[in-house]
Amino acid sequence: METAIRKNTGWRLFIQTILGRAYPRVVGMAREKSWLFFEIFLPMLSVSAYVFVYRAIGAPKEYIGFVVMGGAMTAFWMNILWSMSSQLYWEKETGNLALYIMAPTQLMAILLGMALGGLVATAQRALAIILLGSLAFKVEYALGSFWQLLLVFFLAMAALYGMGMMTSSLFLLLSREAWHLANLAQEPIYLASGFYFPIKSFNFWVAAAASIIPLTLGLDAMRQLVFPSGALLGFLSVKVEIAILFGLMVVFISSARLLLGKMERLAIREGRLTESRR
Amino acid sequence: MSAEYSIETEGLGRTYRLRENKKKKDQPRELVALTGVNLQVQRGELFGLLGPNGAGKTTLIKILTTLLGPSTGWAKVAGYDVHRETVKVRPLINMVSGGESSGYGLLTVRENLWMFSQFYGMQSVEAYKYIDQLLAEFGLADRANTKSSDLSTGLRQKMNIIRGFMTGPEVLFLDEPTLGLDVGASRDVRSFVRRWINENPRRTLLLTTHTMVEADELCDRVAIINRGRVLACDTPAALKHELQQEAIFNLDVSAQNGLEAAAFEALPGVRKVQLTPLDGHSQLQFILAEESVLSAVVNTLTQRDVTILNLTKREPTLEDVFVTLVGRSMAEEEKVGSNGNGH
Repeated sequence: METAIRKNTGWRLFIQTILGRAYPRVVGMAREKSWLFFEIFLPMLSVSAYVFVYRAIGAPKEYIGFVVMGGAMTAFWMNILWSMSSQLYWEKETGNLALYIMAPTQLMAILLGMALGGLVATAQRALAIILLGSLAFKVEYALGSFWQLLLVFFLAMAALYGMGMMTSSLFLLLSREAWHLANLAQEPIYLASGFYFPIKSFNFWVAAAASIIPLTLGLDAMRQLVFPSGALLGFLSVKVEIAILFGLMVVFISSARLLLGKMERLAIREGRLTESRR
Repeated sequence: MSAEYSIETEGLGRTYRLRENKKKKDQPRELVALTGVNLQVQRGELFGLLGPNGAGKTTLIKILTTLLGPSTGWAKVAGYDVHRETVKVRPLINMVSGGESSGYGLLTVRENLWMFSQFYGMQSVEAYKYIDQLLAEFGLADRANTKSSDLSTGLRQKMNIIRGFMTGPEVLFLDEPTLGLDVGASRDVRSFVRRWINENPRRTLLLTTHTMVEADELCDRVAIINRGRVLACDTPAALKHELQQEAIFNLDVSAQNGLEAAAFEALPGVRKVQLTPLDGHSQLQFILAEESVLSAVVNTLTQRDVTILNLTKREPTLEDVFVTLVGRSMAEEEKVGSNGNGH
């Protein structure tokens, strides 16, 4: 075997790394079928419970659609918590993190690959919940602007996965406590982000504070765009929410980059982030 | 690579700051893992680092592979400073550690290897070609499409080793690569390593091991490292030659309660004694200044009514070199280290 193997550098290497790291996430989902139960059937139970409550109290019919959409979006939050934020910690435990740092690629590309793979895999779960929920509960949609909807979804996901990339470095620094933090963040965010009701139900300041989680405004804007009376139940106007989501995306992705650099420097200086011995 | 040396270090040291243990406030908060290491490894060399667990081998490899910064001194790999020029060093190196569980269990062996090849910018077609070639070399071709979670420890380690060679590094670091492999698989790995280095004079390989046979059989030169210091560095033959003026004897003797190595250490000309109780008898290993000292040893045994069951004179090994340098066998040194009396 010759040493002179042709190797890409620069942006080609960056793209290759993203696709290489995304691959296990996409393929893994096809091979591990348990997600059908845990990430479609179980969320559908929660969705059903809220639907029956709303029907029992005679809530507006849009609320049924709100719940189905919220149930689908929980898949993304679960993915952020358990497969993005905690991931660098698991990579450290298995020894992959040291190999990633040592490789000639950029850690940012590794994180983007994790995010892309997670997004693609999770989008299938979310879509499955939307389809099943819409069919089961006869949800009616009235799509306003398809392009605005696509833009909102893209910005919400970019901001959300940017936040996941940022917290992955933070969780790594916190080591074992990361597990508890992820547990702690799961249910409160379901509430604060309005997964099962419009966040307009909160007072303004609570809703504004909850908007730091990109799913909050993303979900609110998407509901406004696909349900006939969605705009009436919206927190802010879609345009304002798009602008805020864009801001969040820039802040989270830039912070992810900064923190990742800091984490790598700390790993090299302290020698404890790439191994669990000391 | 224009540098004269593939690997070069000067005054290299590494001190770890330990996390504070509130219950044991009197314990030191620093651990000196490496101190004053000066090494020069030439291009084309298969260089061994031999030492017990906790000697500082892995710390040295981590510094050389850009994963850890040195506390003192400097190190260069392929002519580049590993701390300041990481971007230039990383495309030229790779590393495999014994017992690592890298990759993802849901991916097949071939997919895992392909994934890592992407982080080095290898083109997929070329990567698959090398992967298949190496899988065949290591007898893993029939497992190419097996999920790596279904592999035995030994087969998984072979996959890891392929990961290291696959990217065509100029300098490869193998940290205890045969850990967890059976005798046959270890032999296969050793013979591949030898072939790989012989194929291309630009390649350099640094191997850490605590297996004497591995270092002796494989390495062009060996550095013996203990408690963070390099104690000796030369070819295995030259290291052993130092001991060749001395006589090394193994004696199997009848089991005798109260028989102690100290009884022989006082005899003139006895350099080192090791007493190992075995099943039904004991074994004494002597390094003597010259053969004639043996008569005094035999007399001492006779005075104590100890029967000599077997007596053999043997050639020195790297273990003997280690014992001479450190005063203890590698196993004893590991025991001392694990009891908390190490560095």
